[in-house]
Amino acid sequence: MANPFRGQVIKLYRTLLYLGRDYPQGSAYFKERLKSAFMKNKDVTDPDKIQKLVARGNCLIKELEAMCFLRKYQVMKKKYCQTKK
Amino acid sequence: MSGRVLVGVKRVIDYAVKIRVKPDNSSVVTDGVKHSMNPFCEIAVEEAVKMKEKKLIKEVVAVSCGPQQAQETIRTALAMGADRGIHVEVTGKDYETLGPLQISKIMAALAKKEEAQLIILGKQAIDDDCNQTGQMTAALLDWPQGTFASEVSLEGDKIKVVREVDGGLETIKINVPAVITADLRLNTPRYATLPNIMKAKKKKIANMKPADLGVDITSRLEVLRVDEPPQRQAGVKVETVEDLVSKLKEAGLV
Repeated sequence: MANPFRGQVIKLYRTLLYLGRDYPQGSAYFKERLKSAFMKNKDVTDPDKIQKLVARGNCLIKELEAMCFLRKYQVMKKKYCQTKK
Repeated sequence: MSGRVLVGVKRVIDYAVKIRVKPDNSSVVTDGVKHSMNPFCEIAVEEAVKMKEKKLIKEVVAVSCGPQQAQETIRTALAMGADRGIHVEVTGKDYETLGPLQISKIMAALAKKEEAQLIILGKQAIDDDCNQTGQMTAALLDWPQGTFASEVSLEGDKIKVVREVDGGLETIKINVPAVITADLRLNTPRYATLPNIMKAKKKKIANMKPADLGVDITSRLEVLRVDEPPQRQAGVKVETVEDLVSKLKEAGLV
């Protein structure tokens, strides 16, 4: 891995791992998929490609946050905000 | 005008966890179970932080009562933007019997000590579903209350609260200082990101005991028994519409 990107990639991995704790389908499942996704790309050396992958990772962070929030909102709404018929 | 807001946050079993009752029916299994901040408390913190960002108030203080682990919940509030935290330490048997009455006494004492202008709480906790702490706190302080708030706006020295009630929406105007309890649609709480959690480690969390505030936390309630809800009966399949109608008639539903 090119040195300037090592920090970024590790930071990305840690952030995704942290978010994965709230993953709706289970944090263990998420952790597995995350690790294999990162391992798959571990030999990439082209700086452009690395940048693109990191950018994709950052998009994934936003997606995960939205997904976890939506799931929580749905469950809370169902339990606490049912309008009486 | 202190411009200070107290936000109460509670550490509860995570909303997504399947709850298990202990074999002796004394309580729910909490050891090794994932805990997080009560979702309604998250909404309360978010509202306070938004007010601070709009420069309507000066300081957000996150308060939690419980054992050491309650500090994690305060840290999450700090990561979301609260300025400092207060951890009221309650452990063991006292913690098991800690309920809305005791919390509201603590919040009232803190509100006086910190000269708070506003207390924002979640409308209820997802573990006990009491929906009492906000109301009791307001009563103890003799402050007005805006409960089930789905919209809050400060207008000078008054607060306009839109409340979600069974009949629809009710808009009220109350004086400051006041107690607000947050309902689901008040806002969308921000995620406490990892970098913010790291930064939040620098923020202060004060430690104290209920006795330091002159609060008596003995409970007036005793939990006799905890049971799981009755198992859902399996459905019955029918072949024809006539069968369905006769089954409904049997059950006295038609």
